[in-house]
Order: sequence, then C-alpha cells, then structure tokens
Amino acid sequence: MSAEAVALSQATGHGAGGPAPKRIIVGYGFWIFLLSDVIMFSSFFAAYAVLFKNTAGGPAAQQLFDLRNTAAETACLLGSTFTCAMAGLAVGERSQKWTQLALLATGLLGVAFISLELREFAGLMARGAGPTRSAFLSSFFTLVGCHGVHVTVGLLWLGTMMAQFYAKGFRQNIRHRFLCFSLFWHALDIIWVAIFSLVYLVGTLPQELLP
Amino acid sequence: MTTEHEFDAGSNVGEDRAVGAESAGEERTLGQEFRSYALGLTLALALTAASFWVRGTELVYGPSLAVALLVLAVAQMGIHLIFFLHITTDPDNTNNVLALAFGVLIVCLIVFGSLWVMEHLNHNMVSTEEMLRMQR
Repeated sequence: MSAEAVALSQATGHGAGGPAPKRIIVGYGFWIFLLSDVIMFSSFFAAYAVLFKNTAGGPAAQQLFDLRNTAAETACLLGSTFTCAMAGLAVGERSQKWTQLALLATGLLGVAFISLELREFAGLMARGAGPTRSAFLSSFFTLVGCHGVHVTVGLLWLGTMMAQFYAKGFRQNIRHRFLCFSLFWHALDIIWVAIFSLVYLVGTLPQELLP
Repeated sequence: MTTEHEFDAGSNVGEDRAVGAESAGEERTLGQEFRSYALGLTLALALTAASFWVRGTELVYGPSLAVALLVLAVAQMGIHLIFFLHITTDPDNTNNVLALAFGVLIVCLIVFGSLWVMEHLNHNMVSTEEMLRMQR
C-alpha cells in the first residue's frame, strides 16, 4: 500500500480508522447546508444575469453603482472574515479576552458593511431606482438584499456566540456552534466576492464591453 | 484524552480546535495557523485589488475585461475555500470536497443553463412591436 492509502485507511471516518470525530461530522452537516444556500444564491445570480438588460427604460447598472462604496463594503467584509478567523484561533487557545475582542471586531465590521449597504439602497430608492422600477432592479435588490439579510442574521448569531462563550465557557458544544458560525461567515464572504465581481465590476462595464 | 469524549455533546473535554483544525498528529502551532490566515488575507486582498485595478485600467483589452474579472473572482473564491473554510486534501475532508464538487456542478447548471435557455428564448421570440404589427 502506498503511504497515501495507509493514511487513508487509518483516517477516521474511513472504515478501519473508526468513526469520524464529532467536529468533522458537525462541520460536514453544516457544509451541506451552506452548499444548499450557495445553490439558492446561484438561482438569484442567474435571475440577475438573465434580467440584467431588462431596465424598462429606467436606469441601468452603469448609471447607478458607485464602485468606491463597493470597495469599502468589500474591505469591511474581508476584514471581518480575518477577525473571525482570529476568533477561531483565540477559541483554540481558550482565551476569553481575545475571543470576545475578535468577535467584537468581526461584529463591528459586519455592522459597518450593513450600514454601507443600507445607505446605498436608500440612495438608489431616493433616485427612483427602487426594486419596483424594473426587472433588472428587482433582481438586483433580491440578490444583494438576500446577502445583506444573511449578514444581518449572521450578526445576531455572532452576538449569541459572544454571550454563550461568556456565560458557558469553551464547552465542546459551544465550540462546535462557533465552528458552524465561522463557516457561515466565511461562506458569506465567498458570496460577496461573486457579488462585487459580477454585479458591480462586470455590471458597470460599458455596454459594448459586456458579453 | 480518549475519543469517547468526542461524542459527548456538552462535555468540557475533547481536544478539537474550533477552526483551522488539522487531523491528529499534524497539529499546527498557533504561529503557523496565524501565518496561514495572514497569507490567506494577503492573497484575498491582492486579488480584490487586482479586480478593482483591472476594472479601472485602460491597459487591458476591453472585451476581455468581463472574463478577466470572472477568473479573478473564481481565484479569490478558491483562496477563501482553502485558507478560511479549510477545504483541503486531508482524508477528513474527502466528503466536504465531494459535496463541494456536486454543489459547483449544480451552480453551473443553474447559472449557465438559465442564461443559455433564456438567450434562445429571446432569440426565438417575436418582439411586442412586431406582434402588434402582425395583428394589424
């Protein structure tokens, strides 16, 4: 047997290695949920791509989006992904202080992201470019708004994680909940990468350069 | 520490790390894990900066911009998957990788399938003005 085959046969969750640790199983189950969430987002992306040119005589993406705002939102979310990873390291070290600080930083960056997004949405609606204006804007608000709702729910979850770490300590089940939270938060950043690249950067290309 | 405790929900024992978990035997130090996350952040920031730069520059051939941005986005998603979500080739990760592959397949079917079908529909459909003209 090759070294790789030996490693595989001795690994947990692969027969001879015995059952996988609970952490692996919890992560796998949550990963399946995240993938189903990604599939839901993909249908919103498909709707946006299909309806992109259906502006009903209203404003198109090129006139609406401010890329500086998008860059600021991206920086917030990328920073919060990193501080969330730092919280994971602090949990591994069982440090209450650093866990709470890193989670607080994650939450503040998340709040900054949501504020920027709400400000952008309010600005669009004030200019008469609300979700009811055209099929293009409906699909835009659905896609980006759905991501915003996910981030908001993530912030509520983040708050409960801070409270649970504070009140209950680093118990195994709490750590597993945190594992799921961090997977959720990182997955939201992946969705955002697709949004800022395709909706904002590609979407605002001049008409003749679009595929 | 025996593995028995691993299955004890709510137990205080168990040696699993929350995230960044490696299989037993190749436990990484805090410094190594930090450097791995810092590298992930650096790469993600570089790719983000590249996306915004490509979008604004005149140096890139115009019609290739959309594809270039798509490639940069896919690359950055890969960076996130590897460095933050810890999708690796580790045996513990086989199931996650297979689920991801299936997820990517479904996502591609939905997105490209929708675009393909709707493109053909648009192509074959009579426009409203033309329809009115024909009814006259």
